Amino acid sequence: MDDHSVLARGSTLLAAGRMNPLASIGATFLAFLAGTGRIVLFAALGLASCVTPPWHVRNIGRQIVDIGYYSLPVVGLTAIFTGMVLALQSYTGFSRFEAENAIAGIVVLSVTRELGPVLAGLMVAGRVGAAMAAEIGTMRVTEQIDALTTLQASPRRYLVAPRLIAATLTLPVLVLVADVIGVMGGYLVSIHKLGFNPSVYLASTIDILEPIDVISGLVKAAVFGFLVALTGCYHGWNSRRGAQGVGQATTLAVVSGSILILTFNYIVTEIFFSR
Amino acid sequence: MNQPMIRVRDLRKSFPARRVLDGVSFDVAQGEAFVIIGGSGSGKSVTLKCILGLIRPDAGEIMIDGTAIRPADPGDMARFGMLFQGGALFDSLAVWENVAFRQIHTGALSRTHARDSACETLGLVGLGEDVADLFPAELSGGMMKRVALARAISSRPDIVFLDEPTTGLDPIMADVINDLIVQVSRRLGITTISITHDMTSARKIADRIAMLHDGRLVWQGSAADIDRSGSAHVDQFINGRADGPISMSVLRP
Repeated sequence: MDDHSVLARGSTLLAAGRMNPLASIGATFLAFLAGTGRIVLFAALGLASCVTPPWHVRNIGRQIVDIGYYSLPVVGLTAIFTGMVLALQSYTGFSRFEAENAIAGIVVLSVTRELGPVLAGLMVAGRVGAAMAAEIGTMRVTEQIDALTTLQASPRRYLVAPRLIAATLTLPVLVLVADVIGVMGGYLVSIHKLGFNPSVYLASTIDILEPIDVISGLVKAAVFGFLVALTGCYHGWNSRRGAQGVGQATTLAVVSGSILILTFNYIVTEIFFSR
Repeated sequence: MNQPMIRVRDLRKSFPARRVLDGVSFDVAQGEAFVIIGGSGSGKSVTLKCILGLIRPDAGEIMIDGTAIRPADPGDMARFGMLFQGGALFDSLAVWENVAFRQIHTGALSRTHARDSACETLGLVGLGEDVADLFPAELSGGMMKRVALARAISSRPDIVFLDEPTTGLDPIMADVINDLIVQVSRRLGITTISITHDMTSARKIADRIAMLHDGRLVWQGSAADIDRSGSAHVDQFINGRADGPISMSVLRP
């Protein structure tokens, strides 16, 4: 059954659903399945373009600068304040049990395993995913994507693959920077406000940190980078005509990108840390 | 006519809400300027995109030099140039990169040689080298159309498609663009298929004209014969009358 027939069937069921609530549930479920199928197919075709030549190295470089370099300030600010708040909140909570010594570990594990990748992913989804959807959506409605085809360029290779590759490679680097800045934020608050001994704090941080903590965060970052680029490109690619269509594509890119980040955060955590 | 360069037979295309093309057939000879006229929503753009392979028709046959075209196939695309209605220039690339996009992308020319080639093609459409380094956002409507025309002809294609080449231009600039289309296509020996609802443009650039209405060609013939077509649809359209066989679904006050 193709997209149109699934949607037509969904619409018929939806109309019937005014009388039958089960039909309404069925229509929503069919629409969900059709949407999932479309995005999985888009991802598969995008991946195929990523792993087979030719590659548009210039476009990949441009996207790396756009996604990585220009996201540094927002990711850095998010990381430093997260690390600072984490140290402060942990202290007020843990001092009740006289467990202040655990703060260094709490900060470094929380930042590297969870908060670094998730918050960087969400920030990049807001900044980059939205921009991708807006740019590709505008290219769709102004026929620039059709123009690429007529000029013998595959739009998937030219537009989608460089973004997928760049986001997947760049987000781990961004998260590595965010990890360092986040831990530094916790360090600054712990030393200058809470009166911890600097060398003891650093020693605790290093003692508790294991390679898997950082590696799991970087793997999450790569997955989140791919998801952000995928949702940005997908919604832009399928943007409807007009400013409203592009605006809606941008909103959908940020919302679906954020939801997928949170969903896959659990899945990757489960893969790495479930016993 | 011997074997036509472009042969379209019984082209049909429907979208979920409506039928757009309902059996369109025509031939275009090599070097001919063929213009399809018709009102908004008559199926002109869909016809063009079906021939280009951007839209897959439900039924029908499209042959170029006796060979069926394959949808969006780069080999077929190498023979085509396309001027889009809004220009469809790439915002992030300079004018010369837009014009030489195909040559750079396919590796036919190095970037240095591609720039020289782009400047030469810009000269064909009356634009100087000073325009080459501008970006599309810095161009006027007329310049944008000329750059888009330059991009369409830059690889010296066999066939150029023109989608509403004069839409959005003042009458003088529209005439300049029409002149350029005629000059460039004759000079390079290009076959053109244009779609327009601008009759001044159609009369100027066409060797033959066909009229599309409700997904069917209601008339086709020599451009010189359009005023004595004997078709009520054509007469109403070229004279811009509200009354006639073509009815617009407009609420009357």
